Amino acid sequence: MYFDSVADALAMSGHGVFVWGAYSISFVIIFFVLLRPVMSIRTLNAGIRQEALRKQSAQVAQQNAS
Amino acid sequence: MWRIIHQFGSPPWVYRFCDKVIPWLMPITIVALLGGSVWGLLFAPTDYKQGDSYRIIYIHVPAAVVALAGYYVMALAGLVSLVWRVKLADTAMRAAAPIGAAYTAIALITGAIWGKPTWGAWWVWDARITSMLILFFLYVGVIALFEAYENKTVAARACAILSLVGTVNIPIIYKSVDWWYSLHQPASIKFTGSSAIDASMLYPLLGMIITFYALFALLMMLNLKQSLTEEYAQSAWLNKRLAA
Repeated sequence: MYFDSVADALAMSGHGVFVWGAYSISFVIIFFVLLRPVMSIRTLNAGIRQEALRKQSAQVAQQNAS
Repeated sequence: MWRIIHQFGSPPWVYRFCDKVIPWLMPITIVALLGGSVWGLLFAPTDYKQGDSYRIIYIHVPAAVVALAGYYVMALAGLVSLVWRVKLADTAMRAAAPIGAAYTAIALITGAIWGKPTWGAWWVWDARITSMLILFFLYVGVIALFEAYENKTVAARACAILSLVGTVNIPIIYKSVDWWYSLHQPASIKFTGSSAIDASMLYPLLGMIITFYALFALLMMLNLKQSLTEEYAQSAWLNKRLAA
């Protein structure tokens, strides 16, 4: 490590707030743009699977009725 | 060759491709992102002039570089959608817009934070920074314009035209530090000639630039997969694939 201690690395001779702040905000933004499609795909897939099951059971019910 | 180009226009093929690549690209990108940040934050040497505040470079420059490159991806997809009416190109254009907006936002925010200790101001109406802000509005404009139209075919065409017209901004951003007197420093890395940056700082920076490109590709595939799932929810190929 370039710094002598963890405290030094956090302080970065007075610039720590800026540097760690910039990284934190960037990671929050990246986290959200990454999470949005992942969660959306999950919800959509669950919907499609449910719809397929519904169709299947409707078909079975129709066959039983006839 | 034509077969490969043809495949890029086929939604099932693109969906399968994304499905195959995402599971290994996601962990690699996340590890590289964390590793590169640790390298830049803790292991790269301090700058003799700016001190430790310069460490923001490892996130600011990659975000800015890929924000510009991403615009070409969006505009090129817009061109293909406009000229050849490929529906998938229109999907790709819309997939690129939010990623570009996020990258530009990161570049602007980290730039503002870097500006405070270095220039003494969070914001200056400088050529580079102002043209970057316009880039952000172009990305957001494409997203908003698509939502504004009821007819999605017309919306896609309008977005494609906006993104194509907006390409004029990219060389302006790139050259702004040379054309105008600017607070913003000119590029330190050059493809021709020697770079004005030491290897101990250059390698983590190049690593982070490559990582941000990989992240862009990953996000692009995730957004494409999401849009395709939405558009083809009723199709036989997707239902078959999800049932498997």
